Amino acid sequence: MTDFFQSTVGMPYDWAWFTATIAGILLIALPLMLSVALIIYADRKIWAAMALRRGPNVVGPFGILQSFADGLKVFLQETIIPSAANRVLFLLAPIITFTVALIVWAVVPFQAGVVLANINVGLLYVLAASSLGVYGIILSGWASNSKYPFYSALRAAAQMVSYEVAIGFILISVVMWSGTFNLSGIVLAQQSVLGIHINAFGINPLLFPMAVMFFISSLAETQRAPFDLTEAESELVAGYQTEYSSMAFALFWLGEYANVILMCALNATLFWGGWLPPIDWAPLYAVPGIIWLFAKILFFFFLFSWVKATVPRYRYDQLMRLGWKIFLPVSLFWVFLVSGVLMWMRVGVSS
Amino acid sequence: MTVGQLVKSFTLWEFVKAHALTLKYFFKPKATINYPHERNPVSPRFRGEHALRRYPNGEERCIACKLCEAVCPAQAITIEAEPRDDGSRRTTRYDIDMTKCIYCGLCAEACPVDAIVEGPNYEFSTETREELIYDKAKLLDNGDRWESAIAANLAADAPYR
Repeated sequence: MTDFFQSTVGMPYDWAWFTATIAGILLIALPLMLSVALIIYADRKIWAAMALRRGPNVVGPFGILQSFADGLKVFLQETIIPSAANRVLFLLAPIITFTVALIVWAVVPFQAGVVLANINVGLLYVLAASSLGVYGIILSGWASNSKYPFYSALRAAAQMVSYEVAIGFILISVVMWSGTFNLSGIVLAQQSVLGIHINAFGINPLLFPMAVMFFISSLAETQRAPFDLTEAESELVAGYQTEYSSMAFALFWLGEYANVILMCALNATLFWGGWLPPIDWAPLYAVPGIIWLFAKILFFFFLFSWVKATVPRYRYDQLMRLGWKIFLPVSLFWVFLVSGVLMWMRVGVSS
Repeated sequence: MTVGQLVKSFTLWEFVKAHALTLKYFFKPKATINYPHERNPVSPRFRGEHALRRYPNGEERCIACKLCEAVCPAQAITIEAEPRDDGSRRTTRYDIDMTKCIYCGLCAEACPVDAIVEGPNYEFSTETREELIYDKAKLLDNGDRWESAIAANLAADAPYR
């Protein structure tokens, strides 16, 4: 894109680079916000269908404009700030949540070469940025100066830290297998895994358990059911967002669902071939990679909704037990297993 | 923990089963009624909004016996009566406080002339509390408006009374 602004529009290089980056950010962020609106609608529809309900079906054809109506309603409301709240942090928290949910998209490859920042430590960037997300929740819970949001923030902090540990080990096994931290490199390494013509780490029997664990951890990471203890409405009203209203509340919602889509994209990219077609067969490459990626994201989003509609919420000690006593040892063991297998495969091969 | 349980928990067997069930329900026809456009059937015995009925010649049925006022467990009914010019006994006031009413139907059961009835209408929400305190004019108007439906319901339910 920098070339386009430099040669066609005739800008000097630095200005062309700047404009191209801004254009790229807008090109990702604006459709993302639109897709968040549609994905909230899809979530409600899927959830409703599994409960034998119809879901939103009044606003627009099939109710597809429901999220936009909700957004408009929320936009016209008053932002109420509790008098005992810390105003600066209170307003900063939803902004952090929303921003962090957006910045991770910078390294997600949409197609071969189509990525905003093709950095070599892409996966580390993902880990770092998604860890920042907990700040938004902790700040909102603390700044509200109210007990339920505070409990929720404490739960969220512990939960996200616990599952990030497991996610770290899962990602290490992926990195070892693909030999790179670059997300585009990881996708390319999935072409024809094990010599079978399927483009996904997930069909590798050694990595499949990791794929399942990553999916479950990403549910925990985005605080979706069955790990939605942070906003357990029967115990904590609405969790850390209890005191929020209007646009601040909408930012939390946008951030939450942007995170969900991001985790779907990461599931697709890390284990199920990203922008590659599922089967390594030449005619399938005629379909643009971005379509395959979107199809995979949608599939994983359906799984997310499906889980939400099916399972009840974990108790808090069960959540911690799963994170620390099962996921952590299993993923740690799997790192040893994967590295051992990789060493064994390279016996006698010069590095 | 037996080996079987261990295998079950690590293959997420119960989760797979649960998700198969919800997926089956995903494709089932929906149970929701699209309310303003579709409605559930209403029984002839349905106890909805009250109405005071008239005879076909236009004379109001109520003879001010005050049985309904006496039987009303919520004491929602207030009746005042005196003889009319032609000597027949009629109500001068017949109020029902619909915010007190518990829709038990005892008033309709007590009425010897089928004057006060609970009709099939259930869409009478209002924006103010005052509008829910019905007076005689309102109740008679309800009776005129719903007479055909009320009469059909009474006829349908008559064999069982």
